[in-house]
Amino acid sequence: MTREEIREGLAEILEEVAGVNPEEALEEKSFTDDLDVDSLSMVEVVVAAEERFEVKIPDDEVQNLKTVGDAVSFIETARA
Amino acid sequence: MLEGKRLLVTGLITEQSLAFGVAKLAQEHGAQVVLTGFGRMSLVERIAKRLPAPAPVVELDVTDAEQLGSLADRVKEHTDGLDGVLHSIAYAPPSALGGGFLTAPWEDVATALHVSAYSFKSLAMATLPLLSPGAGIVGMDFDATQAWPVYDWMGVSKAALESTCRYLARDLGPKGVRVNLVAAGPVRTMAAKSIPGFEAFEEAWTSRAPLGWSLTDSEPVAKACLALMSDWFPATTGEIVHVDGGFHAVGV
Ligand SMILES: NC(=O)c1ccc[n+]([C@@H]2O[C@H](COP(=O)([O-])OP(=O)(O)OC[C@H]3O[C@@H](n4cnc5c(N)ncnc54)[C@H](O)[C@@H]3O)[C@@H](O)[C@H]2O)c1
Repeated sequence: MTREEIREGLAEILEEVAGVNPEEALEEKSFTDDLDVDSLSMVEVVVAAEERFEVKIPDDEVQNLKTVGDAVSFIETARA
Repeated sequence: MLEGKRLLVTGLITEQSLAFGVAKLAQEHGAQVVLTGFGRMSLVERIAKRLPAPAPVVELDVTDAEQLGSLADRVKEHTDGLDGVLHSIAYAPPSALGGGFLTAPWEDVATALHVSAYSFKSLAMATLPLLSPGAGIVGMDFDATQAWPVYDWMGVSKAALESTCRYLARDLGPKGVRVNLVAAGPVRTMAAKSIPGFEAFEEAWTSRAPLGWSLTDSEPVAKACLALMSDWFPATTGEIVHVDGGFHAVGV
């Protein structure tokens, strides 16, 4: 799976879970500051991403995932 | 120990939720579990799928009289009765936690008390028609005998919960229903992490509890909850069982 495919998958999750416009879900965007994803939505985004990408995103790691790109990188590494 | 028991478990929102630990262990020991979820139902459904066995989810906001009124009927679609109920619900608005004790407005304090203490009575009454004789209701407490750092109006809510437990025990005893609390030590859940300054508890517990304390393992708490719902505490009600590594028993 390429970085772009992961980002697109995340954008779909963000739309479904938090109503984020998929065109906004770019790598440099911050979940909380730019995309208005609240903490409970973020929990659900993480859970949905774990299922979709078949990875485990540990609880402690979530606070480090500030931007869409951070999440893409984490998932990319975790799948490798 | 729980073979054939039918349990209603509230308060599951993440895999870290104390309620998740209870539901998981209950299923592993042969119980049938029905869950209630609040607010983010899609998240509750996703997390429920991570339990060892399927568990139906019904919606319940404990401050919603209509949902409380229809709860028994909605639960009955999944089970013919209940042998145990877990209340694992608490909420305080940010103003009422983390240092605003002297300034939190009454409306916010009222919310904390409504969701975290009065709801224990509401849930008990809403499920009463389904409860079989000998059934156990268990709530999640945090020791309220002293004032803590940052816990503020949630601490007052827990004191109210402890008292509510005793009055429920008084009034439901004649119906054969037991009502108890488990006073847990700190575990890193959503609710805990939303308390600014929660680290103070983490440090105190890990250094002081005679048995030691894990901040991430909720199984000891789950075991106590299920023991209290089981047939092995038939003459215990209005009780608070501390599952805190012994923290409450020792000083500095
Ligand atoms: N985590 C700890 O350190 C700790 C220690 C002692 C006691 N407790 C108690 O355990 C219980 C469960 O908390 P947790 O730590 O598992 O956190 P959690 O965040 O996983 O669970 C809190 C639950 O309360 C529910 N809730 C909030 N408002 C509600 C409402 N209006 N109607 C229905 N449900 C509502 C939430 O949906 C959530 O599922 C709480 O009573 C908490 O005070 C927790």
